[in-house]
Amino acid sequence: MDQFTSHKALVAPLDRANVDTDQIIPKQFLKSIKRSGFGPNLFDEWRYLDEGQPGQDCSGRPLNEAFILNAARYQGAQILLARQNFGCGSSREHAPWALLDFGFRCVIASSYADIFYNNCFKNGIVPVILEDKIVNQLFEETFANEGYQLHVDLESQTVVTPKGESFGFEIDAFRKHCLLNGLDEISLTLADAELIRAYETKRKQTSPWLFDVIK
Amino acid sequence: MKPRTLYDKIWDDHIVKQREDGTALIYIDRQLLHEVTSPQAFEGLELAGRTPWRLDANLATPDHNVPTENQDAGVAGIVDPISRIQVETLDANCDKFGIVEFKMGDVRQGIVHVIGPEQGATLPGMTIVCGDSHTATHGAFATIAHGIGTSEVEHVLATQCLIQRKMKNMRVEVNGDLPFGVTAKDIILAIIGEIGTAGGTGYAIEFTGTTIEALSMEGRMTVCNMAIEGGARCGLVGVDDTTINYLKDRPYGPTSERWDQAVSQWRELKSDEGAFFDHIVILNAADIKPQVTWGTSPEMVVAVDAKIPNPAEETDPVKREGMERAYEYMDYEQGLAISDIKLDRVFIGSCTNSRIEDLRAAAEVAKGNQVASSIKQAMVVPGSGLVKQQAEKEGLDQIFTAAGFQWREPGCSMCLAMNADKLGNGEHCASTSNRNFEGRQGQGGRTHLVSPAMAAAAAIVGHFVDVRDFVSKTSV
Ligand code: SF4
Repeated sequence: MDQFTSHKALVAPLDRANVDTDQIIPKQFLKSIKRSGFGPNLFDEWRYLDEGQPGQDCSGRPLNEAFILNAARYQGAQILLARQNFGCGSSREHAPWALLDFGFRCVIASSYADIFYNNCFKNGIVPVILEDKIVNQLFEETFANEGYQLHVDLESQTVVTPKGESFGFEIDAFRKHCLLNGLDEISLTLADAELIRAYETKRKQTSPWLFDVIK
Repeated sequence: MKPRTLYDKIWDDHIVKQREDGTALIYIDRQLLHEVTSPQAFEGLELAGRTPWRLDANLATPDHNVPTENQDAGVAGIVDPISRIQVETLDANCDKFGIVEFKMGDVRQGIVHVIGPEQGATLPGMTIVCGDSHTATHGAFATIAHGIGTSEVEHVLATQCLIQRKMKNMRVEVNGDLPFGVTAKDIILAIIGEIGTAGGTGYAIEFTGTTIEALSMEGRMTVCNMAIEGGARCGLVGVDDTTINYLKDRPYGPTSERWDQAVSQWRELKSDEGAFFDHIVILNAADIKPQVTWGTSPEMVVAVDAKIPNPAEETDPVKREGMERAYEYMDYEQGLAISDIKLDRVFIGSCTNSRIEDLRAAAEVAKGNQVASSIKQAMVVPGSGLVKQQAEKEGLDQIFTAAGFQWREPGCSMCLAMNADKLGNGEHCASTSNRNFEGRQGQGGRTHLVSPAMAAAAAIVGHFVDVRDFVSKTSV
């Protein structure tokens, strides 16, 4: 996983609540057996006017000019500003893969669906939670100022505006540690292999049927 | 000991290591795998040179991409080459690592959330995960069951554990006899209408009350299945005789003395008197009518006899904007009633409503009637090969085909349209599935979530009707 320490980048505003993972990456692209290459199909049904097919070259497809991510001023954005309950619906990790592949390293919203929130951390994306009031302010400032950038600093857990206004955010200590160091959670867990085995031995005695073989 | 909720009990039983920051290493008893969210996990495992921690905790089946016609042809019969590769990849991974898989052509193959319980691979007190948000379904058996992402699928394969933070407890209590024509699907849609799609975020929801107690396991699975549409990663129901009777003699369940030992432990799997819930919601069954979603989020739901709500009357600006967008997407005119919506297709299936009881309910309505000529397609897709077999034994397939429904082979099908079954642009569908998001059933498609009986009645009349009137009229 890529580490995330501090990121100052252009912000793209996606002004809709309840954006579901079916919108972030429509199902036809889930047929891929890879983790990469989803970027061109991020928000596919909103970004293009035609129906996208997996494996297709997207460079010649008709763009929906009305969709915010297509606006010239937001090209190259790495921070996605969103609304409440972002990432609801399907558990597909293809959603953070698509955001990452497109170039986003951070999402800012007032709330997220649980599974999506979790999936972000596995992929080096920081899902920042800020109060509705602050999110509203950031939307206003992003719309009002072309080239608007935010500075997301994970170490100090702050989002800093160009004017120097700073907003703190909460994040699990363990997840922060993994992100800051780009750590692989599986090796961390395997360091506790003995504990896992001890747990299994105990459970086998109290509830042996849980270890009956599936065959 | 302090009284604990059902969720607390199962959580406590699975802690391998408690961390100071509030997270814990949690043991996972069962992982279900399907073709869409597992290939990258197997690939990651191999790249890191790891092997599965415990093979026998896993059970796999292809479901999302499988065609619902000519399954006898096996994987080779999947026309879309990209879909075919995905199913082949699952087969190859399961063969290589030695994971049990119900492949295409196996009568036990079906939607993961239908086959787990059917096989007794879902047992009370377990922690169950799958790279699929509707894993919540298995909570009907007093399990902590929830969807995970692919990185976590890999984590469970490699370690049999997950790093989790404990959720809060919510209790949704439904009391009283269910009115005639109102089903488990209507209960959960009404609950989502009440709490909203983010209402359960951060919670495990336990469903209780006399109405839930009176439901069959199939009905409880329908309710828990859509806990995720209410924002909760998992839903649970405590163990009672209904649970235990369902599990008796299932292929993967315990037998003889182990069965008795298991049953005595399972009997403890309910919330203690006085256990603390962070949030409680109470509904009266008598107030619930057959439900129909009108918009593009499961919380946009009303009773069948209602009008489509007017966004202008919504005071919450964020909600109003969502409603306006849904209006535009669904192409409604002001003042339309639910019964005015013109339907093009009907889909009876999905992990929400494709079990034998669902098919019986739909068949009862379909019996002796004809699908309206204005309906382009009405399809029934059983949840598994075994459900299909049972339905055929009962002659349900005959009832459906005589009425003009298509009788298909098991899979996810038009629930998310990854296979060939999909809606055309602008088409309205009465669907027994769980998500009515934009494009979910095909680009530009317009989904209305309903119960199986409501879907069948809509197929026959060509638009939504109150199944309560429908049944009483046609049975005279
Ligand atoms: S039936 Fe639908 S909701 Fe259920 S697992 Fe399949 S695609 Fe997901």
